[in-house]
Amino acid sequence: MESVGLFPVLAVSAVLFATGVGGVLTRKNALIVFMSVELMLNAVNLSFVAFSRHSGLVDGQVFALFVMAVAAAEAAVGLALVILLFRNRVTVSLDDLDLMKG
Amino acid sequence: MTEAVLFYLFSLVAIVAGLSVVLARNPIASALSLVVCFFFLAADYVLLDAHFVAVIQILVYAGAIMVLFIFVIMLLNLRDDAPTPLLEISRRGLVGMAVAGVLGTGLIAALEALPVTAAAKIPEGYGKVESVGISIFSGAYLLPFEVVSVLLTVALVGAVVLAKREI
Repeated sequence: MESVGLFPVLAVSAVLFATGVGGVLTRKNALIVFMSVELMLNAVNLSFVAFSRHSGLVDGQVFALFVMAVAAAEAAVGLALVILLFRNRVTVSLDDLDLMKG
Repeated sequence: MTEAVLFYLFSLVAIVAGLSVVLARNPIASALSLVVCFFFLAADYVLLDAHFVAVIQILVYAGAIMVLFIFVIMLLNLRDDAPTPLLEISRRGLVGMAVAGVLGTGLIAALEALPVTAAAKIPEGYGKVESVGISIFSGAYLLPFEVVSVLLTVALVGAVVLAKREI
């Protein structure tokens, strides 16, 4: 990857991260918000791997693996919450969840 | 040269799929776009010599996590969102897009200011299972690794407790 360099990879990562932030802020379907969070986690992973390749150490890749494990845990608990929510309120729209008047 | 072309191609597809995750109306379309995005990110990882991470990306993300997502979407049997046309800009949509745009350009500007250094020479076997495994199990990452296994157990039990009707 010497032909590409570090910056283009980090730019791709930044664009993906911003896309994920946009999804979290604009969508109201809880599932799509979750998927946007996954997109942001993947953008960060790409940065980790790019820096790892740049520095020649595998530590960044180890961190990427940790991020994946935490993402798996987050997805399991989050989707359980969504199922519980749907069972109680018959909706997954975040706009309808105003019980706490937030 | 070939690597650069492939990198830009894969990244372009990944970004388009990422945008499609956010813009798609149907949650299933979103989820499938996310799978495409993960696959092309895995291709980028291969170009970055992170072979093991690329395989795990496909196995864990595209395989396990997205199956969970699609399973839940189908289980809930959601109707489409309220049929608002995509181009009808709500205030929230406008604010969200503005924040995302500012964040993206800000990040790229900050990255451009990074000092350019030469990439280090990578050792033999870099990014393969052996080198990643040695780094996890013989270095400072052994304790975090064990903590992650506890975290996964906690998440598993928590998900079952939350989603089960009666315990």
